[in-house]
Amino acid sequence: MSGRWARGAWAVGAGLALLAGLAWLVGPSSALLLAAGLAAIGGVSWLPGRAVRVVGAALLAGTLFACGRGGLDAGPAAALALGVAALAARLLPVAALRRLAFAIPSLVLLVFVTTLLMYEAPGNPFAQERVASPQVEEALRAQYGVPRSGTAFFAVYMKRLLLDGSLGPAIKVQGRGVVDLLAPAVPISMALGLLALIIAVALGLLLGIRAGLRPQSAADYGSMGLAMLGISLPNFVIGAALMIVFALQLGWLPVAGWGGYAHLWLPAVTLALPYAAYIARLARSGTIEVMQQDFIRTARAKGLPERSVVLKHALKGALLPVVSFLGPAAAGILTGSFVVETLFGIPGMGQWFVKGALNRDYSVVLGTALFYATLITVFNLLVDLAYGWLDPRAVSEP
Amino acid sequence: MTRAAAGPWSDAWRRLRRNRLALAGVVVLIAIALACIAGPPLLGLDAETTHPQLRHEPPSLAHWFGTDALGRDFLARVLLGGRTSLLVGFAATLASVIVGVAYGAVAGYYGGRLDELLMRVVDFLYGIPYMFLVILIMLMFAETARGDPLPVFLALGLVQWLTMARIVRGEFLVLRNREFVLAARLIGAGDARIIFRHILPNALGPIVVYATLTVPAVIILESFLSFLGLGVALSWGQLVSEGVSVVNPIRSYWWLLVWPSVLLASTLLALNFVGDGLRDALDPRAQR
Repeated sequence: MSGRWARGAWAVGAGLALLAGLAWLVGPSSALLLAAGLAAIGGVSWLPGRAVRVVGAALLAGTLFACGRGGLDAGPAAALALGVAALAARLLPVAALRRLAFAIPSLVLLVFVTTLLMYEAPGNPFAQERVASPQVEEALRAQYGVPRSGTAFFAVYMKRLLLDGSLGPAIKVQGRGVVDLLAPAVPISMALGLLALIIAVALGLLLGIRAGLRPQSAADYGSMGLAMLGISLPNFVIGAALMIVFALQLGWLPVAGWGGYAHLWLPAVTLALPYAAYIARLARSGTIEVMQQDFIRTARAKGLPERSVVLKHALKGALLPVVSFLGPAAAGILTGSFVVETLFGIPGMGQWFVKGALNRDYSVVLGTALFYATLITVFNLLVDLAYGWLDPRAVSEP
Repeated sequence: MTRAAAGPWSDAWRRLRRNRLALAGVVVLIAIALACIAGPPLLGLDAETTHPQLRHEPPSLAHWFGTDALGRDFLARVLLGGRTSLLVGFAATLASVIVGVAYGAVAGYYGGRLDELLMRVVDFLYGIPYMFLVILIMLMFAETARGDPLPVFLALGLVQWLTMARIVRGEFLVLRNREFVLAARLIGAGDARIIFRHILPNALGPIVVYATLTVPAVIILESFLSFLGLGVALSWGQLVSEGVSVVNPIRSYWWLLVWPSVLLASTLLALNFVGDGLRDALDPRAQR
């Protein structure tokens, strides 16, 4: 059949084009490795069920071992990892293991991609320092585990991560590990992100459902206009406006800087507004759709007060589109905090990432990237679970 | 044949014309673009010359938007910045459309295992916070690209193609099983002809809509980068971030923050209104 051949030709052509693009960006040998990694990830959906169990459990064991090594010796960590992985292989459904077999290599590939891009950028962590001689630089490179090639650095980094559960020493901050460095920033960024997410969901649902219950009313036009404004204005314009009004003019809240969690309100609202706007629009269309369903008519016909019709029957339907937006929203809010943390001078993870990228502190950049990516992966898994609970009809995708 | 093909488009045009907000958006966009392109030469503005005795002048007849910290005419700078922002928006969107449509078309048209493979790659890229990628890509270009922002922003566009690929793939998956595709295949049309002549025109609505909504997204992205100090050229984002940095309780140079913010915000609002209007006009199923 010519169709089969054509498909093969297209696949090879697309693969070669992708490879050429990558080679242009990062060089030929790294491009080959990258393509192999992408193929491995893509191939996960081709594996038969039994193979997925083995691969998923093995990957889980490796990850757990690395996590366990953060606090345990090799022996107990291995025992823990193998035990949990064996249980997981028995008990978890294939779909869940397939997700693991996709997610864990994705994180490894992310480390690889980040490494390549960092090595492509001009400069290196030791460039600014007054290095007396090439020998001294070599000694520094050996001490911090920063070889001259990106692939070698990746190997060193992954080996350290897997065997010792360590994110390595921070290169530009002498005598401190990446973990110690980031540890104080994590709760601040998490609090900021969580507060922003809560504000976004609460505000968005409130506006969206009210608008959706009475389409074409003044409340509808008002909240949708507000939503449009929230989507269109860049974060830092909103932030600057809030800062001028609430901190400078009214003096209700601290301007910027860090002195405790009261400093989180303005940045959290700034971060939340665009997402509140999207959520309001989704909740509005979800509500309009669900209110036309037969079961709503039934609920009304049996004499339920409008309040319980909305809260008990309509709310779940209105939530569906919002829940599937939560994954991307959380990712956006977390990384959007780069800008907001800079604007308000908050010492969180985002600042470390930007600082690390500008200083070429490879370990700090990889540490933050890995942290955010893991968080987003876990969050997406949770969102999928919630989706299945809200709408049992939804078939989970592999 | 041509008449039948024109049907849905003229319908869409009629629906779009009735949408006052979208029309207003088009007018605002054209006005801003014209001002940015033709304004500086027509008004004889100069964005470079510094006037040490005219620092931080508030808006006046001589300098409509005031002057900045070095005494440069702020109107000229805002219009020049607008050129960059608009160019970035459209160039990056074009790049993302080309890549996204090609990728999504191949995945959706051939389906099966190839589709699975291609879509897992998209899933992987989706999982990377795009801010990471963009910042890292900007670092790669940071020193070589001063003064020539285009390659950088093409790279930005290449980060934005994922959603486009998903949308196009979804359209192709549905359309490839329709009768007119079967008919075309029966009379001997090849894959390329079916993709470009038969399926792509039918998938154009969602592509146009999403592309319109990509432009403001890219402009915002560029302004974030300028704000973080990673920008490569004078743009609205850079001007706004300079304006933010002079906000303080003692003296306010409001014009440095207000003018670029207002122009940036009205451009983005207009683009979003046009995008929404196009969606309602081209995709009646998705109507509210």
